[in-house]
Formats: sequence, structure tokens, C-alpha cells
Amino acid sequence: MNIIVCIKQVPETTEVRINPETNTLIRDGVKSIINPFDMYAIEEAVRLKERFGGKVSVVTMGPPQAECALREAISMGADDGFLVCDRAFAGSDTWATSYTLAGAIRKIGVFDLIICGKQASDGDTAQVGPGIATHLDIPQVTYVKKIEEAGEKSMRVERMLEEGFEIIETPLPALITVVKEINDPRIPSLKGMMRAKSAKITMLGQKELNLNTTKIGLCGSPTQVVKIFTPPQRQGGQMLQGETAEAAKQLVGLIKDEVN
Amino acid sequence: MDYLLTEEQKMIKELAHKIAEEKIRPVAAKYDLTEEFPWDVMKVAGESDMFGLFIPEEYGGMGVNVLNLCLATEEFSRACGGIAVCYAASALGTFPIVLFGNDQQKKKYLPDLAKGKKIAAFGLTEPEAGSDAASIKTTAVKKGDHYILNGMKHFITNGGDAETYTVVAMTDKNKGARGASAFIVEKGTPGFTFGKKEEKLGIRASSTRELVFNDCKVPAENLLAKEGMGFIVTMKTFDMSRPGVAAQALGIAQGAMECAAKYARQRVQFGKPISSFQGIQWMLADMATEVEAARALVYACARAIDAGCKDVGRDSAMAKLFASDVAMKVSTDAIQILGGYGYMKDYPAEKYMRDAKITQIYEGTNQIQRNIIGLQLIKDMAK
Repeated sequence: MNIIVCIKQVPETTEVRINPETNTLIRDGVKSIINPFDMYAIEEAVRLKERFGGKVSVVTMGPPQAECALREAISMGADDGFLVCDRAFAGSDTWATSYTLAGAIRKIGVFDLIICGKQASDGDTAQVGPGIATHLDIPQVTYVKKIEEAGEKSMRVERMLEEGFEIIETPLPALITVVKEINDPRIPSLKGMMRAKSAKITMLGQKELNLNTTKIGLCGSPTQVVKIFTPPQRQGGQMLQGETAEAAKQLVGLIKDEVN
Repeated sequence: MDYLLTEEQKMIKELAHKIAEEKIRPVAAKYDLTEEFPWDVMKVAGESDMFGLFIPEEYGGMGVNVLNLCLATEEFSRACGGIAVCYAASALGTFPIVLFGNDQQKKKYLPDLAKGKKIAAFGLTEPEAGSDAASIKTTAVKKGDHYILNGMKHFITNGGDAETYTVVAMTDKNKGARGASAFIVEKGTPGFTFGKKEEKLGIRASSTRELVFNDCKVPAENLLAKEGMGFIVTMKTFDMSRPGVAAQALGIAQGAMECAAKYARQRVQFGKPISSFQGIQWMLADMATEVEAARALVYACARAIDAGCKDVGRDSAMAKLFASDVAMKVSTDAIQILGGYGYMKDYPAEKYMRDAKITQIYEGTNQIQRNIIGLQLIKDMAK
């Protein structure tokens, strides 16, 4: 099975600070890690390779430092890494990002399956995976909790939803996004870490991909970040006393007053 | 302090640290209570190639390197000395095969040990033979193409859970210390059973059992080196593994010191964190200096062994003696810094002291280490 895993390098802490002038995250002094959901994607890909044979390629779109995220994925068992990096791609929103990554995947070659993490811990949109599938015109199944069966032409997965779960059968090639319930990511091995150190990372820039310039970077981004701010803390609210029935009556009264 | 570790050594230390924080620390208290063998942690260590650090590459390992083994043991011990010794004692049980095994024996046993698929143990100590190892009574009598082993070992780390045992038995009582031989004995060999499991003060995740040999038939091809080499095998093995015990003590000391320092910053008395009191600062300063001195001694000794220096017996005795005494002192002081909370099982400090104590005793008591160092010193002075 030829599998491609899309990963993103993100800041480690969830308590990122925001630069009020540029509306961007202050990344100085904050350690970079592989997006936690992508760790599950890498692990699942390596498990499929161990079961069915084949190859796992990891791809990421980011600044040059994102190379170490690719090497970490290789230390876990991925075979090679592709860094999609170019000034022309800077400022991309999720639509431009998924267009660019789709272009990179076409360049990487034939694949049976693309695996993405459910969402990135910094953006939290969960849009890039589905966007890639759309650009590549392949079926997509999101929130995959378990791969029940995988064959040459199709696979059957369990999809986790808030109200329950679905069993979905999809033809291959396809794209899936995975949730953390799917597996327990392995600790890399020493041999893996050594292999990762000397692994060749392929750089894919605009020169190599030759993408439509109106669809990449800031130019290709239909959405723009206008403002990032910490929402004001919720104020105390009003505590209602008394038995449940009485408090409920009070609440209804208060709501009626608000509406009027 | 910067020990000028190579990139590879830094990688090993980093990976061992990751395993310690993500896999060992969360379960340390549980295994300390239940005394269960930490198979889940051993599995992770095996899959990460950590067991390969004391096995040559051609047999599936990462190459024998004592400093690498010490770095891994130290990081594991920072999180739990008990779980760490399950790993380090497998090294102890494997070294005899690495150092004295023939190609056939190495091919048969080392690959599984390198992946942590099997665990090893070293069987020397008996009820009447602790420091006086030459007084062992277990016998091995040659009969055709087998040796028949009879006797008992006790206080064996990994006993019962290991699959591969190096056992030292007397093949010729008349030759005294030159009459002992070392054998590889597999768990499940008819006549080889296990006695009681000891309940210990510390390193409780580690299993300590009696090995019982009752007309146990061991194939002659499992003899290591030659008959009569038993104590040479033992001493050369200890030279390699002693820094590992020193590293275990070092890791425990480091862990204890960090626990105390962290607590001191949070604990407020008389309106201030106790870390602002000079008395506490001086205690922590002494602890940190002693730990660093122990570390320098352990790493220097390990490097000397890896460089092939001769006569490392005295160096590794010093490393083990000093590091274990430091571990006991630092962990005791750590409890003192935590005060009443240091005495309570709900807090992590007391475990460090319980785990530290054994490092002053096993793999040669600190009194034996002093014998080794003293005798070598006098010998050197006579030159």
C-alpha cells in the first residue's frame, strides 16, 4: 500500500500569545512539535505498511524548520519526506494550503491512501484534509476511529461522530482524517532516529510544482485573518437559589424579561 | 555540566528521557505498590532498540557501549529505579554471552535479547555466598553431552521473569575459585524452577526470586568459555555492568534532587517559598554538586571501558561506591526538604530513598568496592 501522510508543525503550547500588531502568533521561544492529531495519522500509516507492505511518504507545507517534523515522522517508520516550501506559498489559508498540498501529492506520485490528522491544534479548522480530497477529486472519510478492513481497491472504516458511529466503505484511492481514539503512537526507535537523521528530504517549491499563481499564497486565499484576539472572560452570571422547580420558574421569568 | 556527548549519545539520552517521562513515570507508583513486572515498559524499551545498547550490531544490537547503557539507565532511573533495574539487570545477564559466548551461542540468544523479546538474568548469589562469592555450593556435573545442575541461587534480579539465565556453578570443588563455570540456562529447562519472590523495601517493580536446580540437565554447548572460567566470566561481567548500577544510583539521585527543588519553590512557610531560605539553598547546592561529581565519575569510567582501557576494575568500583552513597544521601535529604510530606507515600520523595538503598548493596557491597579500591591503590603504590 502506498500511503501519504500530511502533517503540520505547530507550536507546542496551547497558551500561545498573540502579537496585537500583526495579528499573528508569537512563536519565539515556543517549541515546535508535530501537530498531535498528525502523530496518530503517522502511526496508522506505519501500522498499515507493517500489515500490507508498501511505502509511507510524509509531506508537510511550512517554513524550512518544518524539516525536523518530517524527520521525526521518518524515525517513527515513514520512508521518505517532502517539504513543500516557498515564499510564494506564504499567507495561505486552508483553501490555498489544500490546493498546494494536492499539487505536491500529484508530484509525489501514485498513492492508495492519504491520511491526515483530524485538525491542527493551532488553526483548529479541520478543513485542509477535506480540501485536499476535493482538489484531488477522491473520496474522503473524516473522523476515522478504526480501519476495519483494507484491500487493494477499497477499505472499510469506523467513523466516530458525536451521536454514535458509522461504518463506511470507500473505494481507493481515498483520503481519511483520523481521531486520537484510533491508536497509540509509538515511541521512535534508535535505528529509526538514525535513519531519520540521514534521510533525504525532498524540497518542493513553486519551481518544482509549477502551480497556478492565482491559487497559491495570499493571492489564492479567499479568507483572510483580520483580527486574532483573546475573547473577554465570561463574567460571573447569576446564581439561582432554591429547589429545581422554583429555580426553573425563576429562569423562565428572567428569559422572558430579557426577550421583552 | 556539558559532558561533550556525541550526537548519537545525545539522541540516546533524549529518547531514554522521552520513554522515562511518557511511559515510566506515569506507572512508577502503581508498580511500586503492586510489585508487578513492568512488561509494558520493557516492550517499549525493546521496540525502541534500548536493549541493543549492550549487544553487538552483528547480533541485532546497536553495538556494545557502556556509556550509552549508562545514559539510558540514568534517564530511566530518574523516573523509577525499580523499572530501570529490570532493564539494567538484563544487561548484566547478557554480558557473559557478549563477552564469552561463541558464535553459536551469540546467534542463538542475542537477537531476542537485543529486541527485548526476551529478558536476561545473572545467577551467582546464594544464601551462603554473597560477598564471599567463591563459597557457592551449586554444582554442575558433566554427564555425556549434558551438565547436571543441583543447588539454589537467591536474590536474583529478574528471576522468574527472565527467559535467559547465566548461572555460575562449581564444576570442580577441589580447584576453589578456579573450579567454577558459567552456563546459559533457559527458563523451562526440566529441573529448573523458581522459589519464592522476595518482598522488598525498594525497587519493588523489579522481581527478585530464588532459582532452584534439581537435577537440571543443561546441554554441554551452553557452557560459556571453558570449565573453570566461571569467576573470570563473573568479574569481567561486573566490570562492564557496574557502571550501570552507578548510573541507576545517579538517576535516582537526580530524580530525588529535582523533586526536592521543585517542592521547595512551591512550599510557602513564614510568608516565603522555602527555596528562598539559605539553609534549603545550601542543602540543594550540596545535593547538586554531589550528583554532578557522581555523574562525572560514572561517565569517565564508562568512557574508559569503551575506549578499551585495561584495569578498569578500580574505576568502576569508585563510580559505583560514590554514586550509590550520593544517591542515599541525596534521597534522604530530599525527604528532609519535603518535611512531613516527604514521609508520606502520597508524595514521591520517600520512594527515591527506598530505591536508593539497594544500590549500596548489590553488585558488590560498597564494602567490597572499598576492598577493591584499597587493594589496587596499595598495589599501585608498591610499583
